[in-house]
Amino acid sequence: MNALYVAAAAEPQNPLIPHLDELVIGLIAFAIVFGFLAKKLLPNINKVLEQRREAIEGGIEKAEEAKTEAQSVLEQYKAQLAEARHEAARLRQEATEQGAAIIQEMKAEGQRQREEIVAAGHAQIEADRKAAASALRQDVGKLATDLAGKLVGESLEDTARQSRTIDRFLDELEDGASKAEAAR
Amino acid sequence: MSADPQTLAFDASCHIFSGCGFPAPGLHTFMYKPIFEVGGFEFNKPMLLALLSTILVVGFFWMAFNKPKLVPGKVQMIGEAGYDFVRRGIVYEIIGKKDGEKYVPLMVSIFFFVWLMNLWSIIPIAQFPVTSLIAYPAALAIIVYILWVGLTFKTHGWGGGWKNITGYDKSLGWVLPLVVVIEFFSNLLIRPFTHAVRLFANMFAGHLLIVMFTLATYYLLNGLGFVYAGASFAMVLIMTIFELFIQAVQAYVFVLLACSYIQGALAKSH
Repeated sequence: MNALYVAAAAEPQNPLIPHLDELVIGLIAFAIVFGFLAKKLLPNINKVLEQRREAIEGGIEKAEEAKTEAQSVLEQYKAQLAEARHEAARLRQEATEQGAAIIQEMKAEGQRQREEIVAAGHAQIEADRKAAASALRQDVGKLATDLAGKLVGESLEDTARQSRTIDRFLDELEDGASKAEAAR
Repeated sequence: MSADPQTLAFDASCHIFSGCGFPAPGLHTFMYKPIFEVGGFEFNKPMLLALLSTILVVGFFWMAFNKPKLVPGKVQMIGEAGYDFVRRGIVYEIIGKKDGEKYVPLMVSIFFFVWLMNLWSIIPIAQFPVTSLIAYPAALAIIVYILWVGLTFKTHGWGGGWKNITGYDKSLGWVLPLVVVIEFFSNLLIRPFTHAVRLFANMFAGHLLIVMFTLATYYLLNGLGFVYAGASFAMVLIMTIFELFIQAVQAYVFVLLACSYIQGALAKSH
């Protein structure tokens, strides 16, 4: 306990007056603290704090970069998707149009073929009719001649004469028919 | 050198109710016999504590900041917290980041040096705040004083410097001479004194209180006096905790004032 209050040998003086030796010691003690801190230790830590700040900011920057990149890639994808959709729509439209054109074409073709067939049929019928008419004419002539021969008892074997007579007879018939028609 | 050590040292036989007056602690409490003498220079306990403060402050920051890492260890983390407290909490706040950066090392040094010198007050065996001797606060106050006066004239030039110190402002009109005189005394003469004394007196009074209650506790330990002794001892504990707080506050205030003086020196004249 006594060690606490080791007595000084001097009379106490005004406590507001600094002792020069204490002042010197105080200045030296502080100078050492300041020297170490200002010249070495605080610059040390400042460097590290700066590095840390940069590391953190660098990390943030990197994250920012990655975000921007992701954003751009996403946009690219979206653009591609939209393009693909557009393309698909276009193709569909095109296919529809082509289909319609083909159908139209087929219809036209069918129509054409039908008309062709009909025309051919008509021609055939006409030809058949003509053939039938000419065949009929001969048969009718022969029958008439035979009939007339029997009736008049006169041989009309001469073919040429026969034929002329029949023709003349038939023409008169036709004329009569057409006159009758015209008169109607 | 002639005083009788017995009048200062503790008289173990002196108690209440024994016809012995209370040996109240006085200025003697702040005087120490030299530990050794070198050519008339007396090295005493407060000096030893001051140098120990230096060693501890430098030692701590050496451990914390000598090989600092990006991911700090425990000591570095504590060091950074302390450093940051003074840097951001005081210097940046008062002077500003741009102008203040230069003074951060000085303020950090002052804060931790002063705090440790204060802290000896409640550390067993040391039990003496070095700053309760005016010489130590005065040494620091002188450094700050020289710095801010120098800065004033460096920033504002000779005439501007005087205007800054005396608060010269034409718009004050007829009170101007009065203001100039008052400001001159207040800033240039009284300021360094109050700067040092504020710290000194707080530590001085705090130490005196602790010593007083400690002595009283012992003095009252006689017969029924133990009741008072208990109360007195409780006061010792309370004062010790209070001092722990005051020590930090005074270190803070000392640095805060130093910063505000520098800020005033750097400020644009108004």
